[in-house]
Amino acid sequence: MSQIKIVNLQKSFGDFTAVKNSNLTINDKEFFVLLGPSGCGKTTTLRMIAGLELPTSGEIYLGDEEVGMLRASERDIAFVFQLFALYPHMNVRNNLSFPLKMQGYKKSDIKNRVEEAAKLLRIDHILNSNISSLSGGDRQRVALGRALVRRPKAFLMDEPLGTLDAEFRELMCLELKKLHLDIGATTVYVTHDQLEAMSLADRIAVMDGGEILQADEPNIIYNKPKTKFVASFIGSPGMNFFEVNEGISKDQSFVNIEGAKFDIPKQLEESKGSKNFFGIRPENLTLNNNEGLKGSVFGVEYLGSRKIITVKTSLGEIKVKTDISVNVKLNENVQVKPSNNNIIIFDGETDKSLNSEFIK
Amino acid sequence: MDTSRSYLEPSSFSKKMAAAIIIVYAVITLIPISWMVMTSFKNVDSAISYPPEVLFEPSLEGYVNLFTNRSRQSQEYLDSLPPPENWYEELVRSREMVITGPSKFLGRYSNSMIIGFGSTFASVFLGALAAYAFSRFRVPLKDDLLFFILSTRMFPPIAVAVPIFIMYRKLGLGDTHLGMIILYTVVNLSLAVWLLKGFMDEIPKEYEEAAMIDGYSRLQAFFKVVLPQAMTGIAATAIFCMIFSWNEYAFAVLLTQFNAQTAPPFIPTIIGEGGLDWPAIGAGTTLFLLPVMIFTIILRKHLLRGITFGAVRK
Repeated sequence: MSQIKIVNLQKSFGDFTAVKNSNLTINDKEFFVLLGPSGCGKTTTLRMIAGLELPTSGEIYLGDEEVGMLRASERDIAFVFQLFALYPHMNVRNNLSFPLKMQGYKKSDIKNRVEEAAKLLRIDHILNSNISSLSGGDRQRVALGRALVRRPKAFLMDEPLGTLDAEFRELMCLELKKLHLDIGATTVYVTHDQLEAMSLADRIAVMDGGEILQADEPNIIYNKPKTKFVASFIGSPGMNFFEVNEGISKDQSFVNIEGAKFDIPKQLEESKGSKNFFGIRPENLTLNNNEGLKGSVFGVEYLGSRKIITVKTSLGEIKVKTDISVNVKLNENVQVKPSNNNIIIFDGETDKSLNSEFIK
Repeated sequence: MDTSRSYLEPSSFSKKMAAAIIIVYAVITLIPISWMVMTSFKNVDSAISYPPEVLFEPSLEGYVNLFTNRSRQSQEYLDSLPPPENWYEELVRSREMVITGPSKFLGRYSNSMIIGFGSTFASVFLGALAAYAFSRFRVPLKDDLLFFILSTRMFPPIAVAVPIFIMYRKLGLGDTHLGMIILYTVVNLSLAVWLLKGFMDEIPKEYEEAAMIDGYSRLQAFFKVVLPQAMTGIAATAIFCMIFSWNEYAFAVLLTQFNAQTAPPFIPTIIGEGGLDWPAIGAGTTLFLLPVMIFTIILRKHLLRGITFGAVRK
């Protein structure tokens, strides 16, 4: 097991730059998730770590060794593909022993290792089955088995749960997490699903347009996003943003918008221009009838334990996550008010969050 | 209304119609072949009798004549010989002839085998490598090259017969197995590359990537992971290549005489007394049909899958 470090990594396909000057350190035994929308460069980054793509410039370290220009077969990493890529002309046992055969292990060693891995993944009863007869979940387990049977330096996974149905995905998420705790392997996992990322990761790197915007623990990514994109990409429903045409100065503690007073955390940095965005999570807003931003109820979504109420205001549509006991009708006039001062202000020019007491 | 079947399923009437059309087509196709097989079991007289005999007494004379050389002898000479040792000697002597040795047929037949299977193997092997490269790598001028390869099929191969004849004579490839294998491989290769490229394109590249991550080189991944999955395409391609090189006549007539002559130019030259020996020709053709038939039947499962492969994406 090893630390993975990428330094100034860049990848271009012709004129298109898929990954821009990225730097990351993935610690030994860490479960690290690369998260971002499609086309953000997360898979390209992963494929460069694997050796399936060669970087245009920059370095990749696996442990202490610089591997950027080595072939995939020389890197001692395992890769789990989105479509599993199990060899259809071999049965489960042969799929699992395929990587070991190349490394010249003895037959008895191969057998032991395959059976050990199969037991760990609870696929020991289907070792002699054909791949085509397996369910999606079992295929997933075989793909994981083929990766871990070799005990590589690191596991790389490219949306391995993407093709499973929702119910099964949750189950596999738990299994993956447990597997990671059991074998403690450095894992890099690519997904566009923020829930998957939040529930699996020790740390998440959010990518967009080929750049790594923020790499932090899940709760920091959620509560203290460094850019407006990170804030909007994480959370469901997403963060509310209001445009504020007013500069924010240092030590400022409130702002008046459309006649409503918004308490903000004490600012440690002033904004560059006069256009800024307020970011408030839906759970940090409440509805009432006498103070705050005026609006009317536009939609009510019932989520079991919570309700999402969409309010149309002069600043646009605002989503409020409330208790189910709150009863509002469509088109009813309500007022929206923050329940605390956990407001993040994003600079209108740079899209970066301004430092405050809340987000340092 | 009959609701036991889905709208998409053909009605029983159209199924019967389809069956009838297929049967008619099969009969039309099979008449010449069955006539040929029948001729091979006739004797020399009934083969050329008029009106043609549909019912006849079967005889193996054609097959005996195919495999032997014979000469006519006088009755006294025949009487002086010891009694015939086996049934075919007896058959030959009843025609007042003696067997003087084996004919050239077996040699020609094995030439056909060597050249047919040799060129099929070479076309499929080289075709698979080229198709893989075209399918996976960024080959400069890829589309132009593919078109250029195909252009060799745009004229009848015999159009280049004279230059090839001269070339082969200079190179010493005329009337050799190697020369014929090379020639048929060249003709078949473009078809093989195009057919196999389609199959290779359908195989997700993740399989090789997985194998390469598992520690295999690209070439090893190609043999262990890609080729087994392309078996369907390889079978279909092999059948097309085999049928061409097995049946090829024009080049075989032109370029081979003794060492490497294949069966197609040999069979029609079997001459009996006072004309062509039709039962022997029928027998030769029937035997000639067998290998391709067996080869196709063995690979039929793959062929059917192969022809429809890629029509519907999984």
